Amino acid sequence: MSVINTDVEVTSNEQVAEETFALRFHSPSLAGQLLPGQFINIRVSDAVEPLLRRPYSISSVHGEECEILFSLLGKGTHILATKRAGDRIGILGPLGNTFGYEKDFGTAVIVAGGIGVAPFPHLTRVLQQRAIPVLTFLGARNANRVVTRGLANVHVATDDGSEGFHGTVIQALAAYLDSHEVDRPRLFACGPNAMLKATQAFAHERGFACELSLESEMACGIGICQGCPIERTEGERKYALVCTEGPCFDSHEIIFHEHHHA
Amino acid sequence: MNTSYTLGSMHLKNRVLVASGTFGYGNEAAPYTDLRALGGIVTKSVSWLPRQGNAPTRIAETPAGMLNSIGLANVGIDAFIAEKLPFLREIDTEIIVNIAASTTEEYIRILERLEGEEGIAAYEINVSCPNVKEGGLNFGTRCDMTETITRELRRRTERTLIIKLTPNVTHIADFAKSCENEGADAVALINTLVGMAVNIRTRRPVLSTITGGLSGPAIKPVALAKVFEASKAISIPIIGIGGITTWQDAIEFLLVGASAVQVGTASFRDPDAAVKIARGMETYCREEGVEDIQDLVGALHIDAGTAAPGFVKAREQEKV
Ligand SMILES: Cc1cc2nc3c(=O)[nH]c(=O)nc-3n(C[C@H](O)[C@H](O)[C@H](O)COP(=O)(O)OP(=O)(O)OC[C@H]3O[C@@H](n4cnc5c(N)ncnc54)[C@H](O)[C@@H]3O)c2cc1C
Ligand SMILES: Cc1cc2nc3c(=O)[nH]c(=O)nc-3n(C[C@H](O)[C@H](O)[C@H](O)COP(=O)(O)O)c2cc1C
Ligand code: FES
Repeated sequence: MSVINTDVEVTSNEQVAEETFALRFHSPSLAGQLLPGQFINIRVSDAVEPLLRRPYSISSVHGEECEILFSLLGKGTHILATKRAGDRIGILGPLGNTFGYEKDFGTAVIVAGGIGVAPFPHLTRVLQQRAIPVLTFLGARNANRVVTRGLANVHVATDDGSEGFHGTVIQALAAYLDSHEVDRPRLFACGPNAMLKATQAFAHERGFACELSLESEMACGIGICQGCPIERTEGERKYALVCTEGPCFDSHEIIFHEHHHA
Repeated sequence: MNTSYTLGSMHLKNRVLVASGTFGYGNEAAPYTDLRALGGIVTKSVSWLPRQGNAPTRIAETPAGMLNSIGLANVGIDAFIAEKLPFLREIDTEIIVNIAASTTEEYIRILERLEGEEGIAAYEINVSCPNVKEGGLNFGTRCDMTETITRELRRRTERTLIIKLTPNVTHIADFAKSCENEGADAVALINTLVGMAVNIRTRRPVLSTITGGLSGPAIKPVALAKVFEASKAISIPIIGIGGITTWQDAIEFLLVGASAVQVGTASFRDPDAAVKIARGMETYCREEGVEDIQDLVGALHIDAGTAAPGFVKAREQEKV
């Protein structure tokens, strides 16, 4: 594995849902080594505004190209949305650990909230290559925000009931599991912290293996700023770093607090 | 062309160091840059006991800058020596260990412990962290405390002793002078400025500690003025820190009186930033026909008759 810190060329950037974009860039070396769950840090501008890079999961790999999925939020994403084929962005990576897709389990149950779907197309592809069954539960604000590209066996839940199950993604998952036989599930979750917290509680209640892909404010992405702590449940060290020890954590490893942003 | 620099007993191959707390312990950034091309590495502050650091949120981006409230999270002196120093020692660059403590005795204990270890060129004493409740800024905002620490540590080491100063004082020159008087080899400035950010949706401070330390390009003009002020008051070398992101920034610091610089927040954007800055400075010197980079230090031209800045005047009046 070799690290990459370079400018790359954007090859496409298309809107795939309300305020949601899929941006592709050309990087054979990243495409060749990126594992499911890992992320990269993108420098969206040469100017010092915004100052910090933004972390993005690699959503999928297409030959020599990588794709990220992002939804509009603040400064960084509004700049990213303006990128066109031929523009350049700075990438740093691959960063972070991977999903535990090599662990022993029967069925991968993906639980995604909002733009939390981002890392799952790549995971889905790798699981399918290994012939592991995949079930996907996707929560979105409304039908216009549902992004299913690259996913398998998708069950949608929307907050307003405009598509699929009317309710939370956890409610949809619970209802499904109550009426279906699922072989030794392992949950893979990514989304807003409130959703991750609910997923964690649900998994523990039912005794399911579960891992959570976390977000945090990050300044560096490589472990040099100590800016991205998540509280650990046990051990001498109170915090783990999301950027280098995560972003994927076993649900028993970490504790969420109120102050974490939605 | 000469870029090297001798500071006390330390020999830097160039004038660019990486700043404490912005480069970990060297190993993390190693895959992204050529550590040998750095003048030196200043380690994350090390304290006697491990420190867990503050609760999240520890970071907030601000216009052309960032706030942090890391809270000196570090592995503590034992783990530093056992786990971090062996890697650092092997790098062909100078290692400066930054020390943070909450009492004079703790500073002494840490330094004495490190005196027994090889591969350390210098100590940088952090009397200026805004993010811990005890110690930190309390030392750095009191001249008498800064003096005591400098004196006590100077007596105990032949290694290069650098005191890192806070900008959160009225006259940084007074503190620089105290360090010079007590035998410090150099002062490093500035540490972060106390700052704050508010989330208007939750109506809460963004940082868990309410206030934090501001760094990055936003503070460069403040840092330049502080280095300039200190350079008018002392004759020991100054290491300039604050918002340095490009080689042009670094040259500005030399011109106002810094003998070397440290690159902090810029490494978060690009872990290779410090090395690029060092190379850029070399190119500049070649282009400008500068034979020895030392010729740039304090080479700022100020036209005759230009009124001295307020703070310089204020000091002159005090003397009268
Ligand atoms: C490991 C990792 C992977 C990520 N992967 C993706 C991804 O694949 N796709 C994607 O769209 N985003 C992803 N993110 C989040 C992404 O890094 C940015 O935070 C996000 O795109 C917003 O950036 P911005 O510059 O537009 O907003 P900013 O200008 O940074 O923020 C605008 C406002 O939103 C708030 N805010 C910032 N980040 C978040 C957040 N995560 N949740 C809630 N509020 C927030 C800020 O406090 C601010 O008030 C990931 C984050 C991490 C840590
Ligand atoms: C995340 C972060 C952590 C820091 N940790 C330390 C530290 O442990 N000890 C210290 O002396 N300074 C610390 N600093 C201050 C920097 O070394 C430097 O003085 C300051 O950031 C200004 O330089 P910059 O604008 O180039 O970052 C830290 C700064 C940041 C941004
Ligand atoms: S983002 Fe800097 S240590 Fe994790």
